[in-house]
Amino acid sequence: MAILINRNSRVLVTGLTGRIGSFHAQDMINHGTNVVGGVTPGKGGTKHNGLPVFNTVKGAVAETGADLAICFVPPPFAADAIMEAADAGIQTCVCIADGIPAQDMIKVKRYMRRYKAEKRMRLIGPNCAGIITPGQAFAGLMPPHIYLPGRVGIIGRSGTLGYEAASQMKERGIGVSTSVGIGGDPINGSSFRDILELFENDPDTDAVVMVGEIGGPQEAEAAAYIRDHMTKPVAAYIAGLSAPKGRRMGHAGAIVSAFGESAQEKVEILSEAGVTIVPTPSSFGEVVQRMVA
Amino acid sequence: MDIHEYQAKELLKRFGVQVPRGGIAYSPEQAVYRASELSGDKWVVKAQIHSGARGKAGGVRICANEKEIAEAAQWMLGRVLVTHQTGPQGKLVSRLYVEEATKIAQEIYLAFVMDRKEERVVVVASGQGGMEIEEISANEPESIIRSVVDPAVGMQAFQAREIAFSLGLDAALIPQAVKTITGCYRMMEDTDANMVEINPLVVTQSGEIMALDAKVSFDDNALFRRPEIMEMRDKSQEDTRETFASDRGLNYIGLDGQIGCIVNGAGLAMATLDMIKMAGGEPANFLDVGGGASPERVLMSFQAVLNDPDVEAILVNIFAGINRCDWIAEGVIRAVRELDLKLPIVVRLSGTNVEEGRKLIAESGLPILTAETLAEAAEKAVVAWKAATLKEAV
Repeated sequence: MAILINRNSRVLVTGLTGRIGSFHAQDMINHGTNVVGGVTPGKGGTKHNGLPVFNTVKGAVAETGADLAICFVPPPFAADAIMEAADAGIQTCVCIADGIPAQDMIKVKRYMRRYKAEKRMRLIGPNCAGIITPGQAFAGLMPPHIYLPGRVGIIGRSGTLGYEAASQMKERGIGVSTSVGIGGDPINGSSFRDILELFENDPDTDAVVMVGEIGGPQEAEAAAYIRDHMTKPVAAYIAGLSAPKGRRMGHAGAIVSAFGESAQEKVEILSEAGVTIVPTPSSFGEVVQRMVA
Repeated sequence: MDIHEYQAKELLKRFGVQVPRGGIAYSPEQAVYRASELSGDKWVVKAQIHSGARGKAGGVRICANEKEIAEAAQWMLGRVLVTHQTGPQGKLVSRLYVEEATKIAQEIYLAFVMDRKEERVVVVASGQGGMEIEEISANEPESIIRSVVDPAVGMQAFQAREIAFSLGLDAALIPQAVKTITGCYRMMEDTDANMVEINPLVVTQSGEIMALDAKVSFDDNALFRRPEIMEMRDKSQEDTRETFASDRGLNYIGLDGQIGCIVNGAGLAMATLDMIKMAGGEPANFLDVGGGASPERVLMSFQAVLNDPDVEAILVNIFAGINRCDWIAEGVIRAVRELDLKLPIVVRLSGTNVEEGRKLIAESGLPILTAETLAEAAEKAVVAWKAATLKEAV
């Protein structure tokens, strides 16, 4: 089954008729993804690359039964597209856009809370590479051939570092159940902790690799969850050991979320929680192999 | 994006926050003239640079007469001020702000930040103003007040009242304090600021609440819809290497080392810097070429990296998903030829069209070093850099 996406997922592409949406929708279809249609306001009723196009997400859901949306809408309009998907009853929405204003994301997160937890859409991203269950389906930008189907879950902020992990694992014959890009934005839809919980409950996943980086509290939250609730082994790499301090965040930012913000601290917090540390971005394969042996 | 204190104060004033009267000056004569327009018997001359902690660096001077104003202005203008926020290279002073001196009865710390844990705007305040927030949290942690704003309705008056009373303000000052606090929040929302820090916010001896200093930074992702904020950008306060890159849509951060980096993806770029350091080198920069990079974009990235005179070797590390290794290779080859590069270049390609990319480099006949893995690439770059610098030394 893996998590979030499989060959039975009914995938809707918002921003389908754009250059980027068209290209990646075709790539998704070529790799077995069940893409059922797209949304571009004003182009409803037409066909694009053989797929039906709808004016609204609600209209598309009613006609196609779509349950997963991938959003290729540009950053200025992406928050609106995410909220539209949430309101239309989409279960999982993957948002690729890099550059959504933080205040828009604050509003998105507030808006999603109007739905009861069990009916609330799960947002993946924004600013992420997407999700893939190798051999079944994917919604995102990744090159699917670097993933071997298997039983290790990947959660990463960075797309390309996630590729690095998957391809090093493939070289050693280790496959991936699902790889989830949670994105590099300060305010994102799903956290490491959220996805760890899905993997913990997934019978097709035996272990998890986390690819984290400096900034924000989510790695520390994940560490607490792993310590208290995870039975499956977890390995983690944290990028940014040599990154300069304070380039984006001002002083006041440092006080409200200072705990666990640097790579050194995150490594320490995670290893105290029993996580196996991947010391360099070149040792994913080696460390994961030892962990699952 | 950061702005100057005087610009932040202009904005605050528009949102109902009181600030001392003042004016901008570009010369000692203008500074004296500005003071003559203001009332009072003391004036403050403040260097306008994108940094806090200017006082300790000599960038804030209280003056009692024209001679002192002219001297202070003379000393500051054209000087590079180094504070613990600017880094050792400091920032150039080319504008001054001349203000009426304020008689202070109480100093308050007030800041509005995007809190990543709450995923909302959080107000941080303390009655121990004047000190930096790090000092307050180390010395007076119990004095810090936090209040979370619900984005659906914005900052409410009762929240502002709670903050004001917790700060120990006199009852008579509460309406002014509420106006100030809610004004700051509205400014943050209406301008897409991601931080507003007023330190200190003061109660004057005549019972007014005023922002004596103000530091505001904006969400770069929202500048597209804030043209009036974009106009406040002062490129002279930015690292010239970074301005060159940002003008060309490249995500570049200048560092202090000698090995230039061109990478795709922010995470992989950070990891590449880490690997260079582990291999015994020092990275000169962070550069993310982004997705779908054309040969032209790669060429531009080389130009951005080479703007740093300290660069003595370049490492290109690409794991192509939406990128294409053949385009990257073409860009690298063009850069070596068109920019007539002599320094060592190490290229590691992986992912989409990797075979075509490697072939292009092999067939180019250029002395480009290649690597299969990130570890190998970092090691080769450090070895090549060390060899090149040794040769120079001999």
